[in-house]
Amino acid sequence: MAKKKLKQHHIDRDWCKGCGICVHFCPKNVLELDDMDKVFAARPEDCIACKLCEIRCPDLAIEIETE
Amino acid sequence: MALKDYLRQRFFPHMWCPGCGHGTVLNSLLRAVEQLGLSKNEIVMASGIGCSSRISGYVDFHTLHTLHGRALAFATGVKLSQPELNVIVPMGDGDALAIGGNHFIHACRRNIDITAIVMNNRIYGMTGGQFSPMSGVGINATTAPFQNIDRDFDVVKMATAAGATFVARSTTYHAQQAADLIKQAILHEGFSVVEILSQCPTHFGRKNKQGAAADMMERYKDITVPVGSKKKAENPDLIERGIFVQEEAPEYCREYDKIIAKAMKG
Ligand SMILES: Cc1ncc(C[n+]2csc(CCOP(=O)(O)OP(=O)(O)O)c2C)c(N)n1
Ligand code: SF4
Ligand code: SF4
Ligand code: SF4
Repeated sequence: MAKKKLKQHHIDRDWCKGCGICVHFCPKNVLELDDMDKVFAARPEDCIACKLCEIRCPDLAIEIETE
Repeated sequence: MALKDYLRQRFFPHMWCPGCGHGTVLNSLLRAVEQLGLSKNEIVMASGIGCSSRISGYVDFHTLHTLHGRALAFATGVKLSQPELNVIVPMGDGDALAIGGNHFIHACRRNIDITAIVMNNRIYGMTGGQFSPMSGVGINATTAPFQNIDRDFDVVKMATAAGATFVARSTTYHAQQAADLIKQAILHEGFSVVEILSQCPTHFGRKNKQGAAADMMERYKDITVPVGSKKKAENPDLIERGIFVQEEAPEYCREYDKIIAKAMKG
């Protein structure tokens, strides 16, 4: 199976509570919290679309769309 | 079906604190249901009272939000009347093992085809951080300001001894494994128990100086090992995760059907 490539991070800013779980566990250091404590993809080009952020998010606030 | 289509999105963002493990359990549960290709109409969720039990308000299945500790009794009634439905009962450790302890062991003993998920944060989250039967010795809680002296239960051993025919454990750090175990538990015909260690950063974490939610999850990585790992023999304090019991035994609804058939013959 070919590796999936990232198309886009979908982040629901209303649902995200800024807990930092996705930021902490991202293996490629892609994510950061902004000054409103909402997550954003600071370095999307480094994302390997492993979906670890999506799977662990307690608020179902982040989704990885692949190509 | 997309994951979010299983949710009552009008109630989001949910009421759980930032970083609460219960949200990750919900996430894993939805993945299990989606991978099984279940429709919302095929699932009944019954829950009791607690932060954990609030999960039934967020899923767009048939849901019952019942009494503290008694969800398994309601679920038993539902399952006996509609055995073709998948019945799932998420419970807090207090809900399942303090007030609901008796319901829990007897549901295990009956082997009724229900999936119980114990969302174990080792504390009463909803009521402000009192110790639970899962807190264990040396834990700080509002009701144990000088540390708890009560020993804790091992849910896996207890469910096994009581007769559950599928018993498993995982953590919110191992969310992918948790989803897979929930999936297998739903498929299992008989009473299944899946314990998921779930962080309560607000009460357990704060009182026991375990840091932020992510630190508590890091801890789950450090203190657990796969079932049968050699490391456990070297360090008995490690907690095993995976499947402990998976066996066949007569299922309660089917046995009950036989009794009905007998009675009808007269
Ligand atoms: C009959 C009854 N007794 C006590 C309570 C108060 N109460 C509400 S939730 C709860 C315990 C919650 O702890 P747990 O089940 O571990 O779930 P958590 O909130 O930690 O997820 C208690 C004692 C109640 N609601 N009903
Ligand atoms: S894990 Fe979810 S809620 Fe927490 S910061 Fe990331 S997107 Fe936001
Ligand atoms: S998919 Fe993986 S690499 Fe990409 S942001 Fe999420 S955790 Fe990081
Ligand atoms: S009090 Fe604890 S268990 Fe309840 S929502 Fe907050 S973090 Fe979760």
